[in-house]
Amino acid sequence: MTPVAEWRAATKRYRDVTAVEQVSLRLEAGEATALVGHNGAGKTTLIKMLLGLIRPSEGSVVIGGADPAGAQGAPARRKIGFLPENVAFHGAMTGNELMAFYARLKGESRRRNAELLARVGIAHAADRRVATYSKGMRQRLGIAQALIGEPRLLLFDEPTSGLDPDSRREVYEMIDRLRENGATVLISTHALSEIEPRVDRIAIVHRGRLLAAGTLAALRSRLAADARMRVRARRCSTGKLLAMLPQAVRCEERSDSALTLTVPSHAKMLALRAIVEAGELVDDIEISAPGLQELYTQLTGAAEENESCKR
Amino acid sequence: MQALIIAAQEIRVGLRNRWVLATTLVMAALALSLALLGSAPTGAVKADPLAVVVVSLASLTIFLVPLIALLLSFDAIVGEQERGTLMLLLSYPVSRWQVVLGKGLGHVAILAIATVLGYSAAAIALSLKGGVGAAAWQAYAAMVLTSVMLGAAFVAMGCLASALVRERATAAGLAVGVWLFFVLLYDTALLGVLVADQGRILGQAQLDALLFLNPTDVYRLFNMTASESVSVYSGMAGPGDPTASPPAAYIGALALWIIVPLAAAIVAFRRRAL
Repeated sequence: MTPVAEWRAATKRYRDVTAVEQVSLRLEAGEATALVGHNGAGKTTLIKMLLGLIRPSEGSVVIGGADPAGAQGAPARRKIGFLPENVAFHGAMTGNELMAFYARLKGESRRRNAELLARVGIAHAADRRVATYSKGMRQRLGIAQALIGEPRLLLFDEPTSGLDPDSRREVYEMIDRLRENGATVLISTHALSEIEPRVDRIAIVHRGRLLAAGTLAALRSRLAADARMRVRARRCSTGKLLAMLPQAVRCEERSDSALTLTVPSHAKMLALRAIVEAGELVDDIEISAPGLQELYTQLTGAAEENESCKR
Repeated sequence: MQALIIAAQEIRVGLRNRWVLATTLVMAALALSLALLGSAPTGAVKADPLAVVVVSLASLTIFLVPLIALLLSFDAIVGEQERGTLMLLLSYPVSRWQVVLGKGLGHVAILAIATVLGYSAAAIALSLKGGVGAAAWQAYAAMVLTSVMLGAAFVAMGCLASALVRERATAAGLAVGVWLFFVLLYDTALLGVLVADQGRILGQAQLDALLFLNPTDVYRLFNMTASESVSVYSGMAGPGDPTASPPAAYIGALALWIIVPLAAAIVAFRRRAL
């Protein structure tokens, strides 16, 4: 499968800061990728490179087989939809007028604009000046313009920042629909838990470096992250229970009738068996697999430690 | 093609935020007042009223048109960036030179609409009173055309200022500086140098060359001297020797004053990090 877009050991240095360092990443056709990281981790820089807005200081970026900052960059951008972080428009124009302008720039027909505005839920405001729009409506207009011409690659930079929960959900539903239609999607975000079920792959960037990339399952197994168990036991039996558990299990919290345990993945089955054997002592058990948030914390934490070791 | 789409959008924005209307009204009001008041004394000496108006209107244009042009264009790049609309625009299949060219074209078009409509109002008002000869019409048309070219030169310089700096306020300051330098300071300084020099080093050829280094002087020379019917009235107002350069040289110089800053603006914008 040929990638839709690719960073090849891309590095971007500004005068005294390195915004992105040696990032190699591919966006495969039809997949949704989440680009996860703190503010200032280099997510937007990576997207700007893909759009040809900045050139990598080292390495290269390829999009649809072309260099986006090169001579063929403009035609290559025809099949990209982009939603910038904090999207802004000329306030004096109406939603319809702006959509017409952007459709013309892409060389697309304006006929589907009304449908797009309806799809993002702002058809009623199409003839109002954008200056009267709320933040959420501007964001929706931003999504509508990204969808002009059914782009094969969609880049969303923080698509839900500053939106209320309802709007966030709707944005995610729209992204789901795009995926179902076979578009390649890149979403940069720090809303980890929300994005987790909606993407095929995750790329974690921290301080300009790509810490990890792959499917969530692959990342989990690579990290062999610890599971968390909460056990509700019969009164005054937690000590007894703890003694039955394998050595590798760490107790995080202990009360009269409840235990919170951190269980390394290799000890998980052993721990479960021990709990089953405890029989009547245990009332209830709750197991949570490590989510993206835990993985992220673990990875970035490790990166910080490495940094401080070097110093 | 992309540049024309951007230019059309600029004109639409100009119509919407009433820039076009405001500048047209200002131009028409000043041109009309000059035409009606300024041509009043000419009746007695049987002068062509339109030819007289060309002289006074050209002097006004030198102050007003560069100012409007700079006000329109200083915002072109840096304003879009500050508003946050530039990144979205550049994510579309447009090249940076197309953005600069499109913005410039749009601003020149706004200026052209205002100039042609405003100055035509004055010409029509005068012609209704009668006594306007064909030669004066020709000079008037040439004046309107060169006024637009002068505006285009300052639009190009405004775009250059906008592409060079990081902040809107800096671009505005730079635009004011450009206006002060070319419209007010340059001629005064030149005059001072000429007085001090007393013709020892600076001859006619050097003076001509120095005048070509200021688009407002090129414009002035063209309109005061190019037409027989006008140069009679401008008289001492023509700073150079009227026979020094053919009209085409002035037009060519104005064209260069448009092309060079615009090309520089494109180069500056292409180098600009976003």
